[in-house]
Amino acid sequence: MNSKITSYLTPLGLAVGLSAGFASPALAQQVPEHGVFILNSVLFLMSGFLVMFMACGFCMLEAGLVRAKNTTTQLTKNVALFSIAAIGYYLVGYNLMYPLGDWSVNGVFSGLFPAVAVMEAVGVSAEAADDISYASTASDYFFQLMFCAATASIVSGAVAERIKLWPFLIFTFLLTSVIYPLQASWKWGGGFLDEMGFLDFAGSTVVHSVGGWAALAGVLVLGARNGKYKDGRVIPMPGANLPLATLGTFILWLGWFGFNGGSQLAMGTIGDVADVSRIFANTNAAAAGGAIAAMILSQLSYRKVDLTMMLNGALAGLVSITAEPLTPTLGVATLIGAVGGVIVVYAVPLLDKLKIDDVVGAIPVHLFAGIWGTIAVVITNPDASLVTQLTSIVIVGAFTFAVSLVLWFILKSIMGIRVSAEDELAGLDNSELGMDSYPEFGAKS
Amino acid sequence: MIYIVAIMQPGKLESVQEALTELGVTGMTVSEVQGYGRQKGKSEIYRGAEYQVNFMPKIKVELAVSASQAGPVKDAITKAAQSGKIGDGKIFTFALKDALRIRTGETGETAL
Repeated sequence: MNSKITSYLTPLGLAVGLSAGFASPALAQQVPEHGVFILNSVLFLMSGFLVMFMACGFCMLEAGLVRAKNTTTQLTKNVALFSIAAIGYYLVGYNLMYPLGDWSVNGVFSGLFPAVAVMEAVGVSAEAADDISYASTASDYFFQLMFCAATASIVSGAVAERIKLWPFLIFTFLLTSVIYPLQASWKWGGGFLDEMGFLDFAGSTVVHSVGGWAALAGVLVLGARNGKYKDGRVIPMPGANLPLATLGTFILWLGWFGFNGGSQLAMGTIGDVADVSRIFANTNAAAAGGAIAAMILSQLSYRKVDLTMMLNGALAGLVSITAEPLTPTLGVATLIGAVGGVIVVYAVPLLDKLKIDDVVGAIPVHLFAGIWGTIAVVITNPDASLVTQLTSIVIVGAFTFAVSLVLWFILKSIMGIRVSAEDELAGLDNSELGMDSYPEFGAKS
Repeated sequence: MIYIVAIMQPGKLESVQEALTELGVTGMTVSEVQGYGRQKGKSEIYRGAEYQVNFMPKIKVELAVSASQAGPVKDAITKAAQSGKIGDGKIFTFALKDALRIRTGETGETAL
């Protein structure tokens, strides 16, 4: 036989054989069902540890923006709150947030009998898995826990430099075990907000504005730092370590890819993994938009670029896109983020004018930009209704703010939430902990 | 001319500076220092080991003034920095031999 003919026949034979093998639909279009379970779980685990790293981001950001004499306390608060969130969410929060259809008050309250989170058995088989079409329970728990912890982190920055450690941690426990999971159940747990058609992809409202409302309630009950507002002037109290603050911001930026990307809740099909890809790219675009908008605006308003405004601007951009990181184009995502950046540049001095002392800008970044992000969903997602978005913002806001306010007042009357004026002057590291972050003199140096 | 060194509590710097500006003082040098007088230190624990902290953060303000200004300046600093508690600080007074403005080369009281 002619060698040319055989050289055609071999690849042809190969092609025929392969297409016969691929003729079964399961292989031709998608991974088998177990593959979906595995890939979804991988998404949750990877995204989960990215969001976990945001705890480091918040910690470094706050450590850099407080003064040296309060740094150790801020670090302690962040390690503690992250750990407390793990305990609160395990004991009560997870099942309160995800009743899986089993409500005490339909769509509103599932927690009449609090239950601890339970993972699947060791080496669980496909038949015994809790939801073989979804993901492993532990990966879902792990991922969602990180969101709960993120909410708690938001509060710690605003109340820094004058709050007492233990009352703050008690509030954190209640925030992570009850307040956050309860309102989250109304949307992500399949409750009444979800039924209304409220859209919040990764939590501009459910996570960020909730943290912001709790922070706002806290700073109102706490009061401003001594000497911050004097004779109608605003006294700047610059942070001790801008490299740390910047490091924290970049870490948050990185972690946000998990925050938004993981919220696709699926990665087992081409459509889903392409969506996760879109989300990563849009999230980055929004951060960039927010950073540049804040940079330009601070140059125009203050005749100098303000690094801390840029850091806040990038974060505000990230918060803004969090409600809908999937549907926008890259350009629109950049603009949505840019609006977030503009918001913080105006909101920070506005809060100061109102004598609301927010040390790190948590309220502009998470509350105001969170509200904007929730509204912005209607720009690119045809399923969103402006009325529903606004109604949900108000409902979640009213609930979170009211309950937080009551809690802060109760804590204030039982144990006091603010350190004494002397302790505040000497620094919390001195009075609460007895440990300097930057020791200089004596046997230590 | 007189050289004044004032050691005070950190929180008092702003009110001292305002008081001196009102007097017409045109400059000063400020440093963050640590020190103690009769104010006792305290003990702290680091990773299980107890140790004594003797040095407390203070602010040192230094300024050169004319002989006639020295009295009012010391009074103003005392009033602004006083809290009545141990740890308020001290003011030391030195005779200043000369002063020179680097930009112009002037010496004497015109350099102050």
